[in-house]
Amino acid sequence: MDMNTEESIDAAVGLAIHTDALNLWYGDFQALYDVNLDIKKGRVTSLIGPSGCGKSTFLRSINRINERLGYVRIEGAIDVFGNNIYAPEVELVQVRKQVGMVFQRPNPLPASIRENILFGHKLHNRERKYSRDDEDEIVEESLRQVLLWDKVKDNLRRKATGLSLEEQQKLCIARLLPVKPSVLLMDEPCSALDPKGTAAVEELIWELRGKYSILIVTHNMAQARRASEECIFMLMGKVIEHTNTADMFVTPQHQETADYIEGRYG
Amino acid sequence: MSDTELIANPFLETDLNVSAKRTEKLFKILFMLMAGLLILPVLIILTTLVVKGGGMLSFDFLFTNPTNGMTEGGIFPALLGTVWLVGVALIISVPVGVAAAIYLSEYAADNWFTRSINLAIINLAGVPSIVHALFGVGAFVIFFGFGTSILAASMTLAVMTLPVVIVATRESLQAVPPAFREACWNMGATRWQTIRRVILPNSVSGILTGVILEVSRTTGETAPIMFTGAAFFIPVLPQSVFDQTMAMSLHLFVVSTQVPHVPEGLPYGVALVLIAMVLLMNSASIALRMYLRGKKKW
Repeated sequence: MDMNTEESIDAAVGLAIHTDALNLWYGDFQALYDVNLDIKKGRVTSLIGPSGCGKSTFLRSINRINERLGYVRIEGAIDVFGNNIYAPEVELVQVRKQVGMVFQRPNPLPASIRENILFGHKLHNRERKYSRDDEDEIVEESLRQVLLWDKVKDNLRRKATGLSLEEQQKLCIARLLPVKPSVLLMDEPCSALDPKGTAAVEELIWELRGKYSILIVTHNMAQARRASEECIFMLMGKVIEHTNTADMFVTPQHQETADYIEGRYG
Repeated sequence: MSDTELIANPFLETDLNVSAKRTEKLFKILFMLMAGLLILPVLIILTTLVVKGGGMLSFDFLFTNPTNGMTEGGIFPALLGTVWLVGVALIISVPVGVAAAIYLSEYAADNWFTRSINLAIINLAGVPSIVHALFGVGAFVIFFGFGTSILAASMTLAVMTLPVVIVATRESLQAVPPAFREACWNMGATRWQTIRRVILPNSVSGILTGVILEVSRTTGETAPIMFTGAAFFIPVLPQSVFDQTMAMSLHLFVVSTQVPHVPEGLPYGVALVLIAMVLLMNSASIALRMYLRGKKKW
């Protein structure tokens, strides 16, 4: 009975990302083994596991940033909203537009706050000229979404690199929004921040859920617990467990998961 | 009381300390002397030039033609000729060098092709200037048929200084943090969009410095131009890149060794002007770099 209602909700929610027997090699080293995942639309899903378990590799294959390394080989498929992003006809630029990424260390461009927000927007809207008012609106809208507007609205010409790390990280999230991505990937977005900054960014992630499907890699189990609705535990390139975050931390189904979240290794 | 007297103070100087200190002092002075020696040639050269050649400097010396078999008059054709030669060399080498450096820094994968380009750059930098000169004669003067002309000489200079431009540009491109590139690529920017909007604006100070350094080096070169475009004596100013021209460096050589009855101050005056041109450009380069560094955005 319970199961049924849950499944029907899942079906209604829809999938943001679906992977089918995803295998990935760095040269001869296999980093991902048969990863089959269904990541739901509009949810915050966290990826946890010890260093080297493949969680960042998995994250980075969803916007195909891994390929830059050259010696990466991938088998299987990753569907983002039903389309395989590894299909031969897929245009990389469009993938990057749909699937935004936030890094460990905030990496704002060495330009003003305003220019940072408009950078992606201008790249992807070159065929149309936007008026200053339109651009102002985009800047305000994006900064409001990341809860940064009130703080920086009087200094939009200020250098983004002069902001605090927390504000920089929020800006890095904000600059993805004007091109209307559907998925946001976050690779340990708080690991460079102090506790106050971490709390603020987690609050923001929580705020953005529903509007975007968010996948967040974290080393910090407390963070996974606080800031995600679903949780995936990976170990040595394999997915061990994928459930609601609340269930994972209370009643893990696998011994490895239990050991990890109790801190016996990691 | 006697107990404390019996135990020697362990913190006092021993003979070993004394000799170690003496050696320490000796080496410090030795190294300092060697470093100090560096200033000596610069000081001697500059003082000699100023003392012996300073009297030559005048408006007429800079801006009139040499007369009376180059024993009198000014150096204007040589001065202007050097500006021509350096200018045309820059117009050729900067676009080629900067473009090559962008390829090597931003596009090239680490494969045999890239490695052979790098090897070529290193070797090009090591080729003696007289070899460049003969190459210039063969390639530009004869094969391409430019004749002995500013164009042929400048192309020879350009080939010779290309490694400087490439290396300086590549270094300043690589000084731009990789995180900026990553940020751009992740927003779907192509490499060229990344280069144009982020990398070039943030590395222009280093590139300019490299360019100016090249200019100052080119100014003094003699061998590469003497067979390819610089002339012993031409009383008229060059009208186009296909003309021959006089040049400061060659003129200095000529008035010092090739012409009889030159007044003693004349070669010193020429050398003084030449060195002033180089120093002026070097200081401009340093000033520009400091200005642009101050404006740097990260």
